Amino acid sequence: MKYQVQENCLTIFLPEDVDHHNAEEIKREADRLIDREHIRYIIFDFADTGFMDSSGIGVIMGRYKKVYMMGGEVWAVHTNERMRKILTMSGVMKIMQIYEEDK
Amino acid sequence: MERIGDVTNEMELYFDSHSSNEAFARVTVAAFMTQLNPTVEEVSDVKTAVSEAVTNAIIHGYENTLHKVHIRAWIQGKSLFLEVADKGVGIPDVKKAMEPLFTTKPEMERSGMGFSFMEAFMDELEVESEPGKGTTVKMRKEIGRGRELWTTQSL
Repeated sequence: MKYQVQENCLTIFLPEDVDHHNAEEIKREADRLIDREHIRYIIFDFADTGFMDSSGIGVIMGRYKKVYMMGGEVWAVHTNERMRKILTMSGVMKIMQIYEEDK
Repeated sequence: MERIGDVTNEMELYFDSHSSNEAFARVTVAAFMTQLNPTVEEVSDVKTAVSEAVTNAIIHGYENTLHKVHIRAWIQGKSLFLEVADKGVGIPDVKKAMEPLFTTKPEMERSGMGFSFMEAFMDELEVESEPGKGTTVKMRKEIGRGRELWTTQSL
């Protein structure tokens, strides 16, 4: 897992599979960085991700709760069709915006 | 659960309730279903459903203690049938557990969407559970349903 901090923005480069097994590590590391670096904006980068289940939705909702109180936002980038389906079905799009780059 | 046709193939898996085995379970079931000639989307749907059921067995059924998870999968007619079973704590109120966003582990940041995902991605879902005895999740998905239609249209 890779993480990048730029000022108060944290980018989480998600792994190929986002399941319960991987979610625990992402939560731990992200929360450490959010607290230490006073993060307000979180970008979930799905470029390498081909699989996600409801554990991933839990990761997004949990991180949103952490930054939302300080007026923060969560974003998703590089989502493929499958990821957009999972994100839409879960209802998490109400709290997260998807950044669509021009192709 | 609707059962049409003969059972043409069957497999069983027993594995330890390590979270690292979630990937093993869904990939194995995905490999098993390839004989039905599924679309990429159908494989993804089944992988998600297996992952949800196995995760439930590990964190809710066994509460992260080490036991065995049992998967039985078979092909009957055009459908893939799956049973994911644990001998864990069981679910006191299955109806409640299946409600969207309901979770008994909010502190673990479970989204409460496991059963909703299984229902959305499979055609049928049944949950049998007895407190103290364990839980069995039964699922069915018909494979290749959309494809025939598409072929007909293209002609």
